[in-house]
Amino acid sequence: MSAIKETVQDHGQHHHKDLAHHFDTLEQQHDANTLGMWAFLLTEVLFFGGLFAAYTIYRYKYSAMFEEASNHLDIKLGATNTVILILSSLTMALAVRCSQTGNSLWTGRWLLITIAFGLMFLGVKYFEWKHDYHIHLMPGKDWSGKDWWHWQYAKKAKDMEKEAHSKGSAEHSFPDRKDVLADNDPSLGVRGIQESQQARLFFLLYFCMTSLHALHMLVGFVLIGIIAYFAYQGAYSPDYYSPVENIGLYWHFVDIVWIFLFPLLYLLGAHMGH
Amino acid sequence: MATVGLESKTFEKFADVVGHDDDLNYLNHDHSVLSWLFTLDHKRIGLLYLVTITLMFLLGGALAGAIRLELLTPKGDFLTADTYNKAFTAHGIIMLFFFLIPSIPAVLGNFLVPLMIGAKDVAFPRLNLFSYYLYFAGSVIALTALLLGGVDTGWTFYTPFSSTYSNSYVIVMAVGLFVVGFSSILTGLNFIITVHRMRCPGLTWFRLPLFIWGIYATSVVQLLGTPVIAVTLGLLGVERTLGVGIFDPRLGGDPILFQHLFWFYSHPAVYIMILPSLGVTSEVIATFSRKNVFGYHIIAFSSIAIAVFGFIVWAHHMFTTGISPYAAMVFSLLTFSVAIPSGIKVFSWLATMYGGSISFGTPMIYAFGFLGLFTIGGMTGLFLSTLGTDIHLHDTYFIVAHFHYIMVGGAIMGYMAAIHYWWPKMTGRLYSEFWGKLSAGITFIGFNFTFFPQFILGYLGMPRRYYEYPDEFQVLNVFSTAGATILAVGYLMPLVYMPYSFFFGEKANSNPYGGSTLEWTNTTSPPSPHNFEKTPVVTEEPYHYHAKEAAVVSH
Repeated sequence: MSAIKETVQDHGQHHHKDLAHHFDTLEQQHDANTLGMWAFLLTEVLFFGGLFAAYTIYRYKYSAMFEEASNHLDIKLGATNTVILILSSLTMALAVRCSQTGNSLWTGRWLLITIAFGLMFLGVKYFEWKHDYHIHLMPGKDWSGKDWWHWQYAKKAKDMEKEAHSKGSAEHSFPDRKDVLADNDPSLGVRGIQESQQARLFFLLYFCMTSLHALHMLVGFVLIGIIAYFAYQGAYSPDYYSPVENIGLYWHFVDIVWIFLFPLLYLLGAHMGH
Repeated sequence: MATVGLESKTFEKFADVVGHDDDLNYLNHDHSVLSWLFTLDHKRIGLLYLVTITLMFLLGGALAGAIRLELLTPKGDFLTADTYNKAFTAHGIIMLFFFLIPSIPAVLGNFLVPLMIGAKDVAFPRLNLFSYYLYFAGSVIALTALLLGGVDTGWTFYTPFSSTYSNSYVIVMAVGLFVVGFSSILTGLNFIITVHRMRCPGLTWFRLPLFIWGIYATSVVQLLGTPVIAVTLGLLGVERTLGVGIFDPRLGGDPILFQHLFWFYSHPAVYIMILPSLGVTSEVIATFSRKNVFGYHIIAFSSIAIAVFGFIVWAHHMFTTGISPYAAMVFSLLTFSVAIPSGIKVFSWLATMYGGSISFGTPMIYAFGFLGLFTIGGMTGLFLSTLGTDIHLHDTYFIVAHFHYIMVGGAIMGYMAAIHYWWPKMTGRLYSEFWGKLSAGITFIGFNFTFFPQFILGYLGMPRRYYEYPDEFQVLNVFSTAGATILAVGYLMPLVYMPYSFFFGEKANSNPYGGSTLEWTNTTSPPSPHNFEKTPVVTEEPYHYHAKEAAVVSH
C-alpha cells in the first residue's frame, strides 16, 4: 500500500465559478489553456510551413521570374497593410493587459478596435486583389496550358501604368485584350510559355498564402467578437482572463505570418523606385 | 482469471479501497442516447470511437477481401482493372486514416490517459467531443466519395495523376481527409496538454506508465505532421480545380515536391500507428510477467527518439524518383537509425520477461504475436532502407508485405492486445479466455500465411497495384488469399465474444490481471463517471512488482 495514498481533498469543494470541474486550481486551468493555444499555433506554423516550403523551392528554381512577378504587386499597399496589422497587434496587447487588470470595458473596446484594424487590412487587400484580377494575375482555369497571353497582358498593363504615372496622371486604362493577343510574337513562344508558367507559380503562391492568411483573419474576427461580447458582460477578471490572452496569442500569430509574407512576396528585387 | 500471482493480497487491499460492488459507473449513470452523443466524458468518447472505427475496420477489411479474391487467379475475373484500383485505394485510405491512425490513440488513449495519470478528464473535454465529430464528419465525406464512385489514385494521391488525369472523386476524398486530419491534430493536442498539466500529485515524468510515453510521442507526431498533409491536400485541390501547375511539370510545377510534402506527414504517420502499440506492449508484458519493466527510462526515450527520427527519414519512399544520391545516402543512413530505438525496445521487453513469472492471458498472447511480427516487419524494413536493394524491391509485393507486418502485424496486434487487456476496465466484464486465446492464435497464423508469401512474391518481382499477374505467381497468391481467409476468422471472432461478454460475461473485479498502474489500482471496473473517488497521490515508479513481492514475502 506504499505506492498510492489518498488525499483528503475531494473534487467539487470550494470551486471558483470559472474553474471547470476537471481542474484543481485556476492556475492549472490557465496553464493548460495557454499551453493548448501554443500547441495549436505550432500546428499552424506547420500548416503554413507547407506553403512556405513550396515557395522556397520555386523561388530558388525560378528566382529571376519571381523577382519580376513580385514587381507587379503594389508595395505601398503592402506596406500600409503591414503597419495596420502591427497597430492591431498593439491594440490586442492592450486588450489583454486590460483584462489582466480587470478593466472589462476597455478590454471589450480594444478588442473591437482590433477587429476594426483587421477590417481595414482586408479592405486594402480587397482593392489589391481586384486590381490583380483586372490585370490578369489571378490564376484560374483560363490561365492554364498555353494561354500565356495573361502574363503578357499583365506586363503591358504595368507599362501603361508607368507611362500614365510619368505623365503625372493618376488615371490609366487597361490594355485591350485583343491588342495583347495580336502582339504575340510566335518566336517568343517557348520562352513566353516558360515565363508565364513561372510567373503564374508566383501568383498562385501569392494568392494561396494571402487568402489563407485572410481566412485566419476572418476566423479571428468571429472569435474576437465573441470574446469582446463576454468581456462587456464582465466575464473576465484578474483571476480568469485566459480566453483573452489566447485570442491575443492567435492574433499575434496571424500578424507574424504577414510579417513574413510581406517581404517574401512584395520586396523581391527591391522595386522601391518603380 | 481472478487476481493473479503473489500479490493478490496487496491488490485485494487496493480493491477494498476503491470498492468493486455495483456502484454507479460511467456506463450506467445515464442511459439516454443524448447522454452518449453529447458526452464530455473521455471514457464515453473513447467508446464512441471504438464503435465507429470498428465499422470502418469492417469496411476496410471487406475491401481487402475483394482484393485478395481478385488476386486468387492470374487473370482479372472478379474485379475490372478500374474497380481494382478503386478497391485498393479505398482499402488503404480507410485502414490508414480512418482505422489505424485513430485506433489506439482515439479509443484507448481517450479512455486511459486521464485514468493513468490520475486526472478527472482530458484537459479540453469539449474539444475532445468536437474531435470525435470531426472524425465522424470526415468519415461521412470519405464514404460519400466512395459511394459516388470512389478514387483511383492509390492512397498516396501522387500528382500529376491525381491533380490532372484522374476522373474520380479526388477532391471529395481530399476534403474528407482534411477534416479527419484536424480531428487527429486536436486529439493529439489534447493529450499533450493533458499529460503536461493534468498529472496527479507525485506523478513525475519518470513515474508515467510507458503507455503514456507512447501516446505522448504519438501526439507530438500528430500535432506536427498532420497540418502538412492538410495543406498539401489543399494545394492538390487548388491545382485540380483551377488547372494551375504547382505539382504538374507540364505547367512548370514539380511532382516531386508533392511527394516530399506527402511523405513528410505520411512517413511519421506510420509512427502514429506503431508508437501506441509499443506502449501497449510495455504495459502488457510488465503485467503478465509480474516484473519491473527492464530499462524503463530507455524505453520512454526510445519512443521520443522514434518520433523524432520519424520526421527525418521521409525521402526513403522516394529513392527511385531521381532525388540526389547524396540526399538518398543521408536518408538511408537516418532510416537505419530508426532500428536502434526499435531494437532497444524489443530487447528491453525480452529482458523484462526474463526471469519473470509469466502468465499466458489473451493480451499476452497478442503481445507475443506483436513481438514476432513487429520484429520481422522491422528487419525487412532494413532491406528497403538499403539503397541498392530498394531499387530491386521498390513497388513490389515485398513492400506490401513489409508494411503490413508493421501496420497489421504490429499496430493491429497491439490494438487487439490493448482492447483485450483493458476490456474488463472498460466494461466491467471478463471475456472468454478460451475464445480470446484462440482468436489470437488464429490471427497470428492467418497473418503469416497471408503476408509471408508476399515477401517472396515481391522478391521475385511481382509489382503491387496490378489486378493481373503472370501465371507462375499463382501458387503463392493462393497461399496469401487462403491466409487472408484465416485472418478474417481471427478478426471476426472478437466481434462475437467481446460483445457477448459485455452483456453476459463474468463480472470483473477492479484489477483482474494485477496491473500496477493507477487505472487498475485506484478505480472501479468500470470506473465511476469522475474516475477517482479521491485524487490519487503517487509515491513510486510504475511496475513496482519487486517491491510488492518483497512486501508480500516479508508479510
